[in-house]
Amino acid sequence: MVDMPVSPSMEIEHELDGDLGARRMIVNFGPQHPATHGTLRNVIAVDGERVVKIEPEIGYLHSGFEKLAEYRTYNQIVTITDRMNYLSPLCNNVGFALACEELMGIKVTPRCAAIRVILAELSRIADHILSVGLQAMDLGAFSVMLWSFIERENLYDIFEAVTGARLTTSYTRIGGLLRDVPPDFEVMVRAFMTKCARTIDEMDEVLSDNPIFVKRTKGVGAISAAEAIEYGLTGPLLRACGVAHDVRKLRPYLGYEQYEFEMAVEPNGDVFSRYRVRMKEMRESLKIVDQGLKKMPAGPINVDDPRVVVPLKNAHNFPSGGMEGLIYHFKTYMYGHGICPPKGEVYSSTEAPNGELGFYLVSDGTQRPFRFRVRPPSLYNYQAFPRMSEGALLSDLVATLSSLNIIAGELDR
Amino acid sequence: MRWIDLAKIGFVLAMVLSIVPVLVWLERKVSAFIQGRIGPNRTAVFGMRMAGLFQPLADAVKFIFKEDVVPLRVNRFLYTLAPTLVFVPPAIAFTVIPFGNKWGNEPLIVADVPIGILLLMSVLSISVYGLAFGGWASNNKFSLLGGLRSSAQMISYELTLGLTIITAVMMAGSVNPIEIVEKQAREGWNIVGGGNLWLAPAGIVATLLFYVASLAENNRLPFDLPECDAELVGGYHTEYSSMKFAMFFMGEYVAMVTMSALMVTLWLGGWHFPGLTRLHEGPYHWTEALVSHMVFMVKMGLVLFLAIWIRWTLPRYRYDQLMDLGWKRLVPLALATLVVVGVVGVLTHV
Repeated sequence: MVDMPVSPSMEIEHELDGDLGARRMIVNFGPQHPATHGTLRNVIAVDGERVVKIEPEIGYLHSGFEKLAEYRTYNQIVTITDRMNYLSPLCNNVGFALACEELMGIKVTPRCAAIRVILAELSRIADHILSVGLQAMDLGAFSVMLWSFIERENLYDIFEAVTGARLTTSYTRIGGLLRDVPPDFEVMVRAFMTKCARTIDEMDEVLSDNPIFVKRTKGVGAISAAEAIEYGLTGPLLRACGVAHDVRKLRPYLGYEQYEFEMAVEPNGDVFSRYRVRMKEMRESLKIVDQGLKKMPAGPINVDDPRVVVPLKNAHNFPSGGMEGLIYHFKTYMYGHGICPPKGEVYSSTEAPNGELGFYLVSDGTQRPFRFRVRPPSLYNYQAFPRMSEGALLSDLVATLSSLNIIAGELDR
Repeated sequence: MRWIDLAKIGFVLAMVLSIVPVLVWLERKVSAFIQGRIGPNRTAVFGMRMAGLFQPLADAVKFIFKEDVVPLRVNRFLYTLAPTLVFVPPAIAFTVIPFGNKWGNEPLIVADVPIGILLLMSVLSISVYGLAFGGWASNNKFSLLGGLRSSAQMISYELTLGLTIITAVMMAGSVNPIEIVEKQAREGWNIVGGGNLWLAPAGIVATLLFYVASLAENNRLPFDLPECDAELVGGYHTEYSSMKFAMFFMGEYVAMVTMSALMVTLWLGGWHFPGLTRLHEGPYHWTEALVSHMVFMVKMGLVLFLAIWIRWTLPRYRYDQLMDLGWKRLVPLALATLVVVGVVGVLTHV
């Protein structure tokens, strides 16, 4: 073998001497490995099949999104947020828009809030159903993954009808939305909900009581609640440890307090609990979507605030139109004007499918943020990965990794 | 050597080699059906698509024309030998399996060896070397892990397989495959006790054990740890390409075919089906031979279909769980069945 430095920090070299003078083997797990679902790299020292030490290395999908955002106007940044968590871009759109609105003290219209909630929950289903499917695939049940893909395709059809794009949705705007949902939105979503509920039940039947699946997941990759909090885990991973933490419940945004849904909490903190949490959350999300569709209020989708939304400039809707409208129009599109939040900073977080997705914005009063920082749930979740899998078998490593649902784009930003 | 032997060798070789593409096609179509897809349907010969039946043919052509990459620092001899060792033994093992009743007075079996089943067992156990060599010689850590896993797994499950085969041999009272099948045709299939209803429960258990062990022997899900795409990339064949990979690939399917043929022979009455085929004195008409061959093929097809169905439904075991299952559950159970068959058989005078 060629002698090459195998690990960035060389720390793993100390783990090479096994029992009885045997040398342990170092395996490069990624960045191109079928189980990493993206570009994650782990240098692992294995003793036979047992994992002795894991050293994750991140940064293979670093795209400089945070720096890039400092050169974009606020509405342009929405397009950047799409690319972070590419399994649930709408959640990122919503999270970013909320942060800006909090900075500017804007409250969106009820219709806008309802649409955002519905789309965010649909994205959560898209993320969770694929995550569960991939988890099953990594354990060998390939068919479940393709069943979940079918549902995700149906969801993407809805997203395409609403936003015009399947993945790079860029749907939210500061103070509103790109446009209203199409007239047959409710019909589409209801049709999807029926099919999706059936698919979720099918996946449940195939996996939950399957002795092999249970054997492979129960007690695997477990972490205690205290440790999970220390590592800063959020989302399904934290709820699987028995901690009732959900930003939607604890710090409701977009009127989540008006929706009835249960927090999915499981006690054991292992891979199986995470699977159960995701399955339950999908069902709860379907409930929320149902309630949202039922009470979707009529009315405008954009706030009536000329600082962020360009008013119509015809005379019929005076006083916001007319001469004043023309002035605002001019101001919005002039260089150096546009959406300029007041000086200050804000941290706002939402419950993304993977956990707490936070946006930290510092505004210096210009049309571009002075600093844009994301708290990606994947980064914090990934930190706990070595703790969860050291001492486990190689196969458990794969099961744990897929239960974390690490999105490399979000992890590296 | 008589010309008829040559003809039989040719027939069996053609049969096994043509079942493989059909099996690959079936696997892809069945998996597509299970997963809500269409599956291959684009390949056409002279405009005939035949529901994608030509896809394996196109794949074979692709394999032949692909570059044969040999990685640096491999043990070239073992690296080249490994695919052959996987492919050839199961094909050889098919020689002692009766693929039909007689044609005239000629038994439809390539080699009428008195100890056929023992020969088959010894030949089949060679293929584990192919996997182990392939994993070791390719100078790849994932391959090495795959090779290690496969040797451990195949050796463990061979035990169960051997014990259940002994059970079948005890029920039939012979190690000659032809006699085993004829006994089943006369008295009843081994799965229902071979004519002795007291043995029926043991027969069913032993058949299931045999089937599970044969899945493990063939590295099929839920026991496909040696290749295990999610963990070991491709397992022992990670570094193989072109025809060498195709040999591994085909070898696995040939092994599946042989194993299901063995299962049909040992437990499911071989070519016998009540009402369709029967045993009688004197020469057999060619239609009888054909029908018996068809019965054999259909049974084998059903067993193969079951394997495909299982593969696309179940998750896979973990390495230690696989060993637990093999040594702590299946081997004792197989031993118990063996004892039960022996004791009950003697008590009820088989």
